[in-house]
Amino acid sequence: MKYILDPWPWYVAGPLIAFIMFLLLMVGKRFGMSSNLRTLCTMCGAGNTSDFFKFDWKSQRWNLIVVLGAIIGGFIGATYLSTSTEVAISPKTIEDLQALGFSSAGTAYLPTELFDISALSNIQSVLLLAIGGLLVGFGARYAGGCTSGHAISGLSNLQLPSLLAVIGFFAGGLLMIHIIFPLIF
Amino acid sequence: MRTLVYLSIGIFFGITMFKSEAASWFRIYEMFQFQSFHMYGIIGSALVLGVIMIQLIKRFKIKSFYGEEIDIQPKDKGISRYLIGGSIFGLGWALSGACPGPMFTLIGAGYLPILIVIVFAVLGTFLYGILKNKLPH
Repeated sequence: MKYILDPWPWYVAGPLIAFIMFLLLMVGKRFGMSSNLRTLCTMCGAGNTSDFFKFDWKSQRWNLIVVLGAIIGGFIGATYLSTSTEVAISPKTIEDLQALGFSSAGTAYLPTELFDISALSNIQSVLLLAIGGLLVGFGARYAGGCTSGHAISGLSNLQLPSLLAVIGFFAGGLLMIHIIFPLIF
Repeated sequence: MRTLVYLSIGIFFGITMFKSEAASWFRIYEMFQFQSFHMYGIIGSALVLGVIMIQLIKRFKIKSFYGEEIDIQPKDKGISRYLIGGSIFGLGWALSGACPGPMFTLIGAGYLPILIVIVFAVLGTFLYGILKNKLPH
């Protein structure tokens, strides 16, 4: 039981993710999470604004159910399968983040400065979350996939476009952490 | 019945994302600082097994549980959409610390401000749909 309640090491998590992709392939589906964001747009009536959203969203119902499961899984993981949600990041990372003003580094699952309920009354935090979300949604659809669709599924199928996308993911991520973070925090 | 299968796969996925800490903002930051092997190990090991799995499925023409062909469509050709779109995604991934799977897991884990990320991710997707024809692909 201890092994389940402790954080799962990479060599357990990675194979499990591969297994999830396998299960989806075996039920005739593909592993890709960001397409759900497009489906949500269509359900909200975006088909009236752009042809990109004109498709039968019911064909994607299965993936929305996977998302519902991911929400329930998050609840189960946090509530029943964890004794502590502290994330043991490297000491150097903790030191760097505390210097940037993230006092919760090393003692929380997410930085309280951005994800505690009290952060909702902080305009800067809300703005950063909003911009982050906007970039994720826009970028994922522009690139035709996200971490699951490109970094896992696409690269597993040895797709050059997915390699380009993953190079982009890292270029953007490194730019944000190394150049933009020191400017905003 | 199939609904239950998809729901179970989703729950399994959500638990894995949460327990592996791939849904933690801190782990994403640490990854982009190259200060731990954790995230590289997760993605790398999933990938090695994924490549083998897909090669086996193609080589032995393995059928799905329902006896159908598993036909994996290649990605559309292109360069700029993947590099530019990917970079924009990376900027957001590093800032919000959440990609489109884990962000849903975090609702269940009780971090409500993640809803802002999700609402704006939907808006970002909508914005792409409107601007699609004006963007280089």
